[in-house]
Amino acid sequence: MKTALAIYKRELSAYFTRPTAYAIIIIFLILVMALTFTFGRFFRIGDANLEYSFFFWHPWLFMLLAPAVGMGLWSDEQRTGTIELLGTLPTTIWSAIVGKYLAAATVCLAAVALTFPIWITVNRLGEPDNLTIFSGYLGSFLVCCTFLALTMLVSAFTRDQVVCLIVSVAICVLMVLCSYGDFVIEASKNAPRWLVEAMLSFGVWDHFRSLMRGAFRLQDFVWFTTLIMASLIGTSAILSARRS
Amino acid sequence: MIEVKNLTKRFGPKVAVDNLSFTVTKGEVLGFLGPNGAGKSTTMRMVTGFFPATSGDIQICGISMRDQAEEAKTKIGYLPESAPLYNDMTVSSFLGWVAEMRGIKGKAKKEAVSRVIDTCFLQSVAKQAIDTLSKGYRHRTCLAQSLIHDPEVLILDEPTDGLDPNQKHEVRRLIKELGKEKAVLFSTHILEEVEAACSRAVIVDRGRIVADGTPAELKEKGDGSLHELFRKVTTRDTAKVA
Repeated sequence: MKTALAIYKRELSAYFTRPTAYAIIIIFLILVMALTFTFGRFFRIGDANLEYSFFFWHPWLFMLLAPAVGMGLWSDEQRTGTIELLGTLPTTIWSAIVGKYLAAATVCLAAVALTFPIWITVNRLGEPDNLTIFSGYLGSFLVCCTFLALTMLVSAFTRDQVVCLIVSVAICVLMVLCSYGDFVIEASKNAPRWLVEAMLSFGVWDHFRSLMRGAFRLQDFVWFTTLIMASLIGTSAILSARRS
Repeated sequence: MIEVKNLTKRFGPKVAVDNLSFTVTKGEVLGFLGPNGAGKSTTMRMVTGFFPATSGDIQICGISMRDQAEEAKTKIGYLPESAPLYNDMTVSSFLGWVAEMRGIKGKAKKEAVSRVIDTCFLQSVAKQAIDTLSKGYRHRTCLAQSLIHDPEVLILDEPTDGLDPNQKHEVRRLIKELGKEKAVLFSTHILEEVEAACSRAVIVDRGRIVADGTPAELKEKGDGSLHELFRKVTTRDTAKVA
């Protein structure tokens, strides 16, 4: 696991020596604030709560930005051949996966954490339930980590970052849309019941919404961790299979 | 030091390496010759633990690559064919990272980095970003990372490829020097290199060893010319498939 730490540090510094992390964090901050104060009607709602004005926008932004953070994780290693270097150093494939994944997750954590001025603002303006806000942040980070893990899985398949970006964005968009209220209402008019149920459980909203409202439900944590772990195990399987 | 027994690698129906066996002992530099696509790189990738072998056994200093890969890898320094590097790092930070991955820390890490920078003549580019380096420097940086832990076994895949004549001369001299203390396996398709640096050479064709001996012995088999022997024992791209 010592090598996982060395890989983590290298990946993280790579994010910040290139403009990637800065660009993604800044774009996220600008967009999330713009959406909160315009369509989110932060002031007009007049409630010291961040559920619909702020957290609601996170999955919509992460479905585009998390793949941008994770698209190079393995595709770049495969394109430049550094995977051969990594594969012949005395480390395991799991250390590399964990190190890389945590570095990307740290970039996302930085993006989420840097929205703290809005938390200070609601605390100045009113008396919000800070535990609910924390739960919203946790949910938001988990959604981002899930998208990131799926992107990592896709990046193990291809050496082309653009292909990885397009495919992962498509998967994430599908996960956001298929359980979104209006979409589900439309679908339930025509589609069979089992399909609607399947869409609801595949999508992020059911699991994110409860956390956004401050409800810690075991099934949501199981859902997030299952998807993340399955993606990481899948990544390891794909990388091993590509070598033999 | 390196013991390879009945090594085979199949990619689907294609046999890339066919029942290959050889050993390299301490103080020996084994040249691995062969035409393009003969299975040299595939063999090296298996010996270094990057590819799993379809069948056969690889022992590095008595440690099995199949059963104790992580430990076996600590004994090897490896220069891959394309000299891959992380372009976003500087030469010294990259070498420092490889040292850390190999468990070298603190003062020892600093010493190891400055030692390989000296050995591979990288002083002038040590603080430079890797993506600004010329091909020769990239190659030498990758060679430097393979030496950082002073390994007992050195595996170099076409170490002189893309270097200018001066650099080629330096690298050959370095290989010869390192070969006194270590077991070195290096691949090339430049036949002059064999005489310049190797104590023994094997010629591989279609995944099999077709000639084995000291450079002088091989020359004798080829009626005084390595080129002649090479042409005689290997299959040409232009040859009709029998």
